[in-house]
Amino acid sequence: MTAKQMKCTIRSIAPVGNYLHLVLDAPEVTEVQPGHFAAVAVGGVGGGMLLRRAFSIHKSIPGDSIEIIFAPHGQGTQWLATQGAGDVIDVIAPLGKPFVLPRQPIPCVIVAGGYGAAPMEILARELRIRGCRVDVVLGAATQEKLFGVLDLKGVADSVIVTTDDGTSGVRGRVTDVLGELIQKNNSQAVYACGPMPMLQAVAKVSQDNGAFSQCAVEESMACGIGVCMTCVLPVIGDDGVTRMSRSCVDGPVFRGDRVRWDDVNTVPSDAFGAPRPGGH
Amino acid sequence: MSADLTTSLGSLQLSAPTLTASGCAAAGKELAQFGDVSTLGAVVTKSIMMEPRSGRPTPRMAETPSGMLNSIGLQGPGIESFLENDLAWLRANNVTTIVSIAGNNVDEFGELARILAKVEGVDGLEVNISCPNVESRGQVFACNPHSAAQVIETVRSVWHSDAPVLAKLSPDVTDIVEIAQSVVEAGVDGVSMINTLLGMVIDVDQMKPMLGGRTGGLSGPAIRPVAVRAIYQVHAALPHLPILGMGGIRTGHDALEFIAAGASAVSIGTVVFGDPGAPWRIANELGQELESRGYNSLREVIGLAHQN
Repeated sequence: MTAKQMKCTIRSIAPVGNYLHLVLDAPEVTEVQPGHFAAVAVGGVGGGMLLRRAFSIHKSIPGDSIEIIFAPHGQGTQWLATQGAGDVIDVIAPLGKPFVLPRQPIPCVIVAGGYGAAPMEILARELRIRGCRVDVVLGAATQEKLFGVLDLKGVADSVIVTTDDGTSGVRGRVTDVLGELIQKNNSQAVYACGPMPMLQAVAKVSQDNGAFSQCAVEESMACGIGVCMTCVLPVIGDDGVTRMSRSCVDGPVFRGDRVRWDDVNTVPSDAFGAPRPGGH
Repeated sequence: MSADLTTSLGSLQLSAPTLTASGCAAAGKELAQFGDVSTLGAVVTKSIMMEPRSGRPTPRMAETPSGMLNSIGLQGPGIESFLENDLAWLRANNVTTIVSIAGNNVDEFGELARILAKVEGVDGLEVNISCPNVESRGQVFACNPHSAAQVIETVRSVWHSDAPVLAKLSPDVTDIVEIAQSVVEAGVDGVSMINTLLGMVIDVDQMKPMLGGRTGGLSGPAIRPVAVRAIYQVHAALPHLPILGMGGIRTGHDALEFIAAGASAVSIGTVVFGDPGAPWRIANELGQELESRGYNSLREVIGLAHQN
């Protein structure tokens, strides 16, 4: 379906660990695929915050509701946290290119950092429906910042938890256990969502162990619909040419081996249309 | 009875008073899922250049109170791809199209105008002589009356079409009326005002400017009074000059301020990022604002604030 701009009534908003779980009436949203996101207007009509906040869609009941998970760490998300059941917010969804699902029942790994796990339960279900083995690695700095552990345990073949401080699961990073997991299960595809440094590491470990990776990136966006050109990152296209691609419409899901992770926040000199010596 | 919202910019008749602002709606296609783009006054395209251009490094955006800074740096596909893809889409969808052009130097502006003069589907030209996101502030032609006029003269000399040529002006000047006068003498059919104001946000955790390009263009409702003032001044000095007004318009009420100051039509910019339906909504609201005040048409309100 194409994206819809909607006034959505909040059905519920409740804390989950360090995050908030928002359930919205969204009768106009008839189809959500894992990796789609929603862009939420914050601050109310006439308020001082003009730009939407983008969140991956956690779950959806077609024709009924969508759910998102967010961390109230900025001015906009803090405003959102003050909203309650019955309040109405302006939402655009579904947006972006979702995860590409395999045609064959191949073994897959899902990797997520913190609330990057939000879209992963519905992804795990889709993969299981296709007969895929699904192993999951969930990481966070500390136990309270983990998300979706129990839900994913109910869907996946296995779930490994890592925390930087060892308060839950294995002490360390998701990539400390990922390589071995791929080898053990002969995993062919790795699906990842989380902070950019984690995605970069996941893409590398996946490639080193012979698996394809798809990463849902986190770039700050102004519009979420492809018009503002702020959320770009250097991505290699099918033709081998690097372009400054929009994470909102060309992503947020990119092949891990196509993102030039070391060059994020720069314009590589060989990118399409890059400045030539002496200026543009 | 509903108010007549038709208007014009020079020879270009507009069926609706709201246009998209350059750089805020790409080339229209992305907005099509939120409304019928052919019912807008026009789509003003993101500024197109001769060559493909990657733009500046990220971060390219910082939200500010009632506004934002951007430092996109004119990312775009270049004129060839624009004609083949973007303009073709606009034509196929019957969209009134004002093409915004930007050049690294005077000759490039001329070359772009020469190319666009030969193709169908260009209903107007907006000459972006005021983008602040370029390496050299010397390239902001609109900051100097002579360079501004030089660009316009060059464009005019190859533009053998009735479609209006508009010069997009920067508010970052001592006297915007002087710049407007110089582009009028050089042959523009109208002016678009205002472009963004040059600004900066500093990240005090990293102790460096937040934007990859360090400085950026400030837009949004925060700059609206600057735009209204600039339009008021230029209309006072040049009452017959068509003005396309833009700068932080968020509601029909805001748009009415611009019309009363002297704009004949308005472009909706930054607000589209938060509300992609805004160009249509604001046109409706403007109609209601006119009707509630007893006006029968938009045209009768253009510049009306100068009478009192």
